[in-house]
Amino acid sequence: MAIQKVCGIETEYGIQVVNGDPNPIAASSVLINAYAHDVARQQTGWDFEDEAPGNDARGFAREDSMPPQVETHLVNTVLTNGARYYVDHAHPEYSTPECSDALECLRYDRAGELILIRSMEAADLASRDGSRLVIYKNNSDGKGNSYGAHENYLMDRAAPFARIVSGVTSHFVTRQIFAGAGKVGAETAIHDGTKVDFQLSQRAEFFEEQVGLETTLKRPIVNTRDEPHADPHRYRRLHVIVGDANLAEVATFLKVGTTSLVLAMIEDDISGSRNLVLADPVTAMHDVALDRTFARPLLMADGSTATALAIQWELYSLARKYADDRGLECMGAEPVGETVLQRWEAVLNGLETDPMSLARQLDWVAKLQLIEAYRDRHGLEWGDHRLAALDLQYHDLRPSKSLFARLDTERLVDEASVADAVTEPPRGTRAWFRGECLKRWPHAVVTANWDSLVFDLGTDPLRRVPMMDPLKGTADHVEELLASCASPTELLDRLSS
Amino acid sequence: MAEREQKKKTTTTERVDEVVDDVPAASATGEKLKAELDDLLDEIDEVLEDNAEEFVRNYVQKGGE
Repeated sequence: MAIQKVCGIETEYGIQVVNGDPNPIAASSVLINAYAHDVARQQTGWDFEDEAPGNDARGFAREDSMPPQVETHLVNTVLTNGARYYVDHAHPEYSTPECSDALECLRYDRAGELILIRSMEAADLASRDGSRLVIYKNNSDGKGNSYGAHENYLMDRAAPFARIVSGVTSHFVTRQIFAGAGKVGAETAIHDGTKVDFQLSQRAEFFEEQVGLETTLKRPIVNTRDEPHADPHRYRRLHVIVGDANLAEVATFLKVGTTSLVLAMIEDDISGSRNLVLADPVTAMHDVALDRTFARPLLMADGSTATALAIQWELYSLARKYADDRGLECMGAEPVGETVLQRWEAVLNGLETDPMSLARQLDWVAKLQLIEAYRDRHGLEWGDHRLAALDLQYHDLRPSKSLFARLDTERLVDEASVADAVTEPPRGTRAWFRGECLKRWPHAVVTANWDSLVFDLGTDPLRRVPMMDPLKGTADHVEELLASCASPTELLDRLSS
Repeated sequence: MAEREQKKKTTTTERVDEVVDDVPAASATGEKLKAELDDLLDEIDEVLEDNAEEFVRNYVQKGGE
């Protein structure tokens, strides 16, 4: 039986300095420090003890592969909602805490947007030279530089990695028809000079391999980073780098929800009558991004063809039957799983009959509708700078400038619960223990990471509390214990007794 | 699969019926949407960065991940 799909999203935001030192690393540090000092008023740093992004899930590493460097010297904080907020390369990055289901994951992703907005405001207030920071939730600068929005899913170590690759690739190639954030133009050599007006996805054209360890060059559709941040004998964390950062809530929810379902089916070794293996996934990924009719046939490994929409319909049908046969316990909360299925079906129906009817649900449709209306009003050709400006400003997080915020898109989580998620951890994963300890004893928790907390009790040595199971340390498990402990010393004594 | 196609066809048929029965309402909704979009475009003309070319050119990021 598939294990619960604990999930999270890590987003690298675009950062721009107006009237100041343009160094993005310095700007990201200023941004995050402003939040940590002036808004959250907390200082717990990240613990790098267990970082090993160079481990490969295939059990080997290619000699020419370039595992990412771990940057231990940059700003790196842990928040009371269980999230990590830090400088990664030249971007501010927010990783949601571990979430129980796709809806909770959306709520914590939205909380991340609020945290970035509050950070910008705090940094602007503290600015002495009149410089301003502007944050974008997008994935490329339109000039060939891309940065990621990665998803993570808890998987059973028993599922063979090769089965994950063959099962999930067609979903990753085709889910962009609803999960793409949309982009004006093109920016990589794959188009070979052909004029491109609009793509469904920001990221699709940056993918060059089907499987691999890299994340910054020769990007693979399936990333093999094997760093479970949990008991490696029981768990795998599938690190998904193929997606766009979404602003539309329905798109984020569906991206995470459908992927959770597809991964659960892979764990349970469910497959349909037809083998959904693409002959050339990388080319298919690029082609799907360019096809707003969803009619382009993609060549399958068995010699047949299928459109992106047909592949999504087959995955949906398989998931529907899977849910009817086995229930949706793997989705964290059954009603959330049921909502994923209903939304998935509705969106595929919409794409099939009238894609523009989904402007309140999907980022790429919302953006395209806006751009088409603007083109129409001003009589602009594709290629006009104003269209690229609209695209960029769609993702601007400043409430006064954001074009997305002006659109009446459908909401799935209410603003009060998003505001709550800025400081309160999810109740159903170990993030609850992390966040609550930080809230109660901010000075005693000296460092934290995904699978442990380090306490300074004022006596040598520092004490590490391991949290190797993402489904332990939940409010159900430890709320009473924490409430009954007057000090961190008492907590550690009781945990070790 | 067959079951799914059946269901989809039903949905499509219902949608067509609704449109046929409800032409005035549908075009009223369309007008309302268009008016909303027009208001939005007015607002966007006000908030859009002044020099689009420069704004887009100046947005340069380092690759990440």
